[in-house]
Formats: sequence, C-alpha cells, structure tokens
Amino acid sequence: MAVRKLAPEELQPQSFVLSPETEAFADKEVAKYPPGRQASAVIALLGKAQEQAGGWLPRKAIEAVAAKLDMPVIRVMEVATFYTMFNLEPVGKYFIQFCGTTPCMLRGAGDIRQVLERRVGEQNHVSPDGTFSWLEVECLGACSNAPMVQINDDYYEDLTTENFEKLLDDLAAGRPVTKGSQIGRNRSEPFQAVNTLQDPVLYDGSLVGAWRTRFDEQAKAAETGEAAAAMASVPQEMKAAKPTAGRAIETPVADTPAERAKAGETPINPVDRKEAADPSKATKGDSHTESGARPAPQSSKSYVASPTKDGEAVPTSPTTPEAGTPPAQAETRRDGSESKPDVVVDKDNMTS
Amino acid sequence: MLQDRDRIFTNLYGFHSPDLQAAKMRGAWDGTKFLLEQGRDWIVNEMKASGLRGRGGAGFPTGLKWSFMPKQSDGRPHYLVVNADESEPGTCKDREIMRNDPHLLVEGCLLASFAMGAHAAYIYIRGEYVAERYALQRAVDEAYEAKLIGKDNIHGYPFDLYVHHGAGAYICGEETALIESMEGKKGMPRLKPPFPANMGLYGCPTTVNNVESIAVAGTILRRGAAWFSGIGRPNNVGTKLFCVSGHVNKPCNVEEAMGLTFRELIDRHCGGIRGGWDNLLGVIPGGSSVPIVPAEQIADAYMDFDTLRNLKSGLGTAAVIVMDKSTDIVRAIARLAYFYKHESCGQCTPCREGTGWMWRVLTRMAEGRAQKREIDMLLEVSTQIEGHTICALGDAAAWPVQGLIRHFRHEIEKRIDDYAANPHSESVMIAAE
Repeated sequence: MAVRKLAPEELQPQSFVLSPETEAFADKEVAKYPPGRQASAVIALLGKAQEQAGGWLPRKAIEAVAAKLDMPVIRVMEVATFYTMFNLEPVGKYFIQFCGTTPCMLRGAGDIRQVLERRVGEQNHVSPDGTFSWLEVECLGACSNAPMVQINDDYYEDLTTENFEKLLDDLAAGRPVTKGSQIGRNRSEPFQAVNTLQDPVLYDGSLVGAWRTRFDEQAKAAETGEAAAAMASVPQEMKAAKPTAGRAIETPVADTPAERAKAGETPINPVDRKEAADPSKATKGDSHTESGARPAPQSSKSYVASPTKDGEAVPTSPTTPEAGTPPAQAETRRDGSESKPDVVVDKDNMTS
Repeated sequence: MLQDRDRIFTNLYGFHSPDLQAAKMRGAWDGTKFLLEQGRDWIVNEMKASGLRGRGGAGFPTGLKWSFMPKQSDGRPHYLVVNADESEPGTCKDREIMRNDPHLLVEGCLLASFAMGAHAAYIYIRGEYVAERYALQRAVDEAYEAKLIGKDNIHGYPFDLYVHHGAGAYICGEETALIESMEGKKGMPRLKPPFPANMGLYGCPTTVNNVESIAVAGTILRRGAAWFSGIGRPNNVGTKLFCVSGHVNKPCNVEEAMGLTFRELIDRHCGGIRGGWDNLLGVIPGGSSVPIVPAEQIADAYMDFDTLRNLKSGLGTAAVIVMDKSTDIVRAIARLAYFYKHESCGQCTPCREGTGWMWRVLTRMAEGRAQKREIDMLLEVSTQIEGHTICALGDAAAWPVQGLIRHFRHEIEKRIDDYAANPHSESVMIAAE
C-alpha cells in the first residue's frame, strides 16, 4: 500500500467551485450509469476536477465532487486517496510519471531516473520555476517500448538519456515535441524489422465475406444429414482450467500416509496400533502425581488450576512450561519425556 | 510461422487507420448480423469448441465462462465488463488493440453481450491510457453513428457500450475489485462466492473478460471454432499476442500461434537475445506474477499454458520479460516485490504486511546484507502469503520470490558471502521487522 495523505493546510485553497465545463462533463458521465448509480462517475469526475485545479486535488475539490454526486465526503475521500493517479499535492506544469518497474528497469530506466534527479531534483518536488515535477510510478503498460515516461497525458517511449534530455529541453522551452516513441518507431513493432502483417490481401478487402463459404457448405451438408455427424465431434463440455491452471506452484497434499511412506517412514504396524489403543496400558495421569511438589506461584496473579476430580488428567501442553515452573524443571518437563521414557522425543517437532 | 492470413489483429502495429471504414476493409463488422442470427447457444458453443482460454492470465475457457450467465433474466439486467485495466508489468497488448484495432473489440462486445443476454457493456480502461481511451471512445462513437450498436441498431439487438476509466490501481484488474471500482468505491476485491455471474456489477449478473478474449470473438465466430482450435497444441490453441520486453534486440508485440517455442518467438520477431543465446539468464514468461524460468529450461519450451505450468511458471498474459546475464536478478525481483507492496490494496493482512516484508528482506539480500537462514524464512513467509488472501495478488506477489529462490538461491548466497567477507561497520542484523 502506498501512504497517501492530503496536502498540508497551508497549501489548500480556500474554495473550489466546479466550473460549468466540469459540471457538464459530470452530467455526461453520470448518464452512462443506471439511475441512482451516479457514484460510478466518481473517478472520472475527480479526474476532471484535478484537471480544473491544475493537476492536483485539494480538499475542497473532493468535497465539491462529493456534493455533485450526492455521496458522503468520506467515500470520495477514500477514492481520492486510494487511486494513485490523483495527486494530492501540487505538481509541476509538466508532471512526469517515470516508470521504474522491472521491464523498464531492464532497459535502462535507472539512467532516465538519474537525468530526472539531476535536472528536476528530488521526487515529488516541483522544480523552482514550476515547470517540472516527477514521480516514480508502477508499470505504465508500454513495456515493449521501455524505458518510458508519461508526461501529463502523453506517453514518451523508447527513451535514451540523450533523447530524454532533449525532450525535457524542448518542453521547458515550449518547443513542439513528438509523442510516443522518441526513436521514430511507429507503435510497438520490432523496430525496422517488421516481417509480419505484410500480406496485401489483409487490407484490400478481398477477404471480407470469404468466411461465409463455411456456412454455405454446412447448409448444404445439413440437407444430406452430415451436420449431425459434424456436430458430434465438437466436445460438449470443456474442462475448466481451474484449479491448477495458472497456479504455478502445486502444493502437495501434506501428511498423508502415502506421502510419509514415500519419504521413508515405516508405516505403523496394525498390531502396534491396537496395542497402543488398549486402555489398560495407558500412561494417563502419571505425569501429574507430583503436582503436590510444585512450587507455589510466584505472583498472586498466577493461574491457579481449578480442582479436578480424582484420577482425571489435566491436559498439559507439551511445549509450554506451566506457569510458575522454575526454568530448570521446565527444561526437563517440556517434552514429557521423563513421564514416557519409551517415547523417542523429537525436540524440533519435525515429523509430527 | 503463423501465416498473415491467420492473424486476427491485422493492424497491430498501427500502420493502417483504426477507423471504421478501414476496419471494415480488414474484416471487422463483417456479417455480424448473420452471426447473431445463428443464436445465443450457437455462439456460446462455438466459443467453447474453439478452445479459447481467457487471455487475461488465468486461462479459464472463455466460452465456459459465458455459459455461466443465467439463461433467463430474473428481472435484473445482465452486464458485460471488459477488463482493459492492463497493468501487469510486462503486458502491453490490450493497449495496441484499443488504439489500433478498436473495432474488433467493439464488435466483440456486441457478440459477447448478445451471447449472455446483456444489453449494456462497460469497458474499464486503465486511467493512464489517455490516448487509448480517446481512440476507443472514437471507435464507440463511430459504431453508434453507423448504427452498429445503440438502442436502435441494424442488428436488431439493443445494446449500449460505455467506456469507463480507472485511476491507477493494479488491483482493479482483479474482476471483483474492478466491479467495486466501477461502482465508485475503492478497488478492494470481494469474497467469492457469490461469483460475478450471479452478483456482479450493481448486484446483477456480470461477466468480466479480458480485452483480447473479447476482441478475438468476432473472427473466431466467422472463421469457425475448427480454424481456431487447429492452431497451436492440444488444450492450448489459437493465436496469442505476445509482449516481449527486456533484453532482446528488438522488443515488440507480436501475434503468434500458441505453442511455438521461446526460441522461435525471439529469433523470428525480436532479433534474438541481446548478446546471443549464451547470454540468456532467465525469462519471466507471463507477466510479473509468474515465477522466473532459467535459460536452460525456457530456451526450447513451448510457449503455452500447460508447458509453462509444468515448468512451475505460467503463461499468464504472455508478457515475456527476458533477462540476460547482465541482469542483477535479485534486484530485479526485489523491484517486483516493491511493485506488489505498492499495489496491495491493504484489505488482507498477509498481503498488506507480507508484501512489504518481502520487499525489505529482498532489498537487503540484493546487497548481501542478510543471513542465509533468512532465505528459507523468506520462502516460508511467501508460502504463508500465497493462498491466504481474498484475491490472487497475494499469490502473485509470492510466486516471483519463490521462483527466485528456486532457481537463483546460489546467487543470493553468493552475495551474502561476498558481503560477509568484507568488513562493514553496521550490524548485519537490521531485522526483518
């Protein structure tokens, strides 16, 4: 989670009124949703309000949006602080969102970052002249054109330190800049090496309607009764991809007898199991015969066991020493070994 | 190599106009009315028979998903929501569809909505895609103007399509979080069940599909399930957009047949690995959420759902992130851990706390400032995050870390040794918090 707070009071404007343009935009957005669902337009409207307020969202703007959409202010506040595209503090005239996620990082986003640090300064600070501010954001979804930045609404891709510096120079000087790729690539094709989608028939319209022959043939086949046979070969029910598809790590079903036997553990002999179940051989109650010798609780607040009926075993945790037991004694009693001398104790509790 | 005639996205690189007129020349909106006349069941069955598995990452069969929608409306409207909140690191395919071939998507929305009885559909596009949003809106407006969609359209099926946008939250790519976000709330995933097909947007039956799954529907229906399922390998059929990024000579998006090998993909379209095949270190084959696969295992592997799952990774969104031997692999995965820390919605404790913890530990490990036993602790914690959260973001955050430890444990150990071999003033035990 990102910690996001509203700008400090001294930066907050005294008032904010939605402009007529924003109001009209809001009405258009609300109309997209069923009646009573105007809250769905909150993201669009906050975005518009941010645009109107100069690139960031003051508290008053959030309140104005809440009033416009008839929503509680806190609901709009939640949305404004949850979504990272809402800037809660002022930004520069050119707000640079720099993508630093791994695909861009692999293509040299670190160098772009250095340029930003050198020319614009610290992240999230507006440069002294108010022209630039920058922020490292997560993947902007132009990974085949990495590294890239988004400046206000536009993507600038295939950056190098040289063309990025030039881009910043041009923006600062108010010169026109090229959006998209900075190396002359069209979109995300392999640069200067396109070897697909060259077939002219794709674009001259000659393939339009060609697919209909399939249906004509089927219609003909239906007359001769072949359609039923053709349909029979179509699988009726696809197998669901779940639950294993996409799940990369398969967890083996832990701790089944078969698993343990595979791991080399000897299965329990049924005879032994029967013997162990014999109540006459049980060690029940043995470990509590010395309870009278237990030292008195050291604090009056200590746990005092309620009286038990004769012969009834008090369950004790095998790993936790009883309250008030001196450490030395606890050490020997922890695993219950001295009360069950035949039991091989696995101190690390690995096999159980 | 896949023939050009078998490619669905014929304007993937934007060399031609995205306008309606040009799109029609390329075959979009061709006989849509005829397809609708075949009936709702025919469309669903044809999609099932095509074997199309969802292109958004999980690979769930699209036709089957459509068939989950109630056959009869109980009075509540049905909705189709198209997930265009493409934010998985490495993935940049839907963007190209929306700005270059938007009419395939618009047409697909009509066909899919018809197949599930929806009269309204929303496309939820990520907020950062501003130009793409305008391009898509333009295509929608064109379709309205040509009466291809709308209340009173030439297809005789009232249908409205709206473009909705987000504002920068990766988690909104999760279908229930996307629905929450569309309702004007924070994008926090819902518990399932109830599944969206019963209780989705505004409490109504809803299906959420990826852009690519919807955009291919028209072409599949036209050319037939047999054509689509004839491409690729069994259970992994059809064509797929691959987004190749990272250390290849020519990173690109390309539509290819599923089940071509990684080597073919890189050599044919991406100009090879930077520095040659011997320089390949590892590949994340399906977007940041799937574990890395080391070079020797991936080089000749088929790029499809089942092969990659058997390599303990996944096809995901087919966003192939290639790393050569110059990569600081621990730092690269630590950066992904930071991504998940940043994008966790904060609803479930294992994810909210665990993603940050993993990032802090990995950052130390990248410097070697750790203990070797912490590697196992990190693995243990990652398995405690995985599967213990409402949505799959916890899993997605854990898998890259697990992949790193599975294949590159020696690299982490080497760093710890290197660090320990040099004198340092501060204590190693700056704890994991």
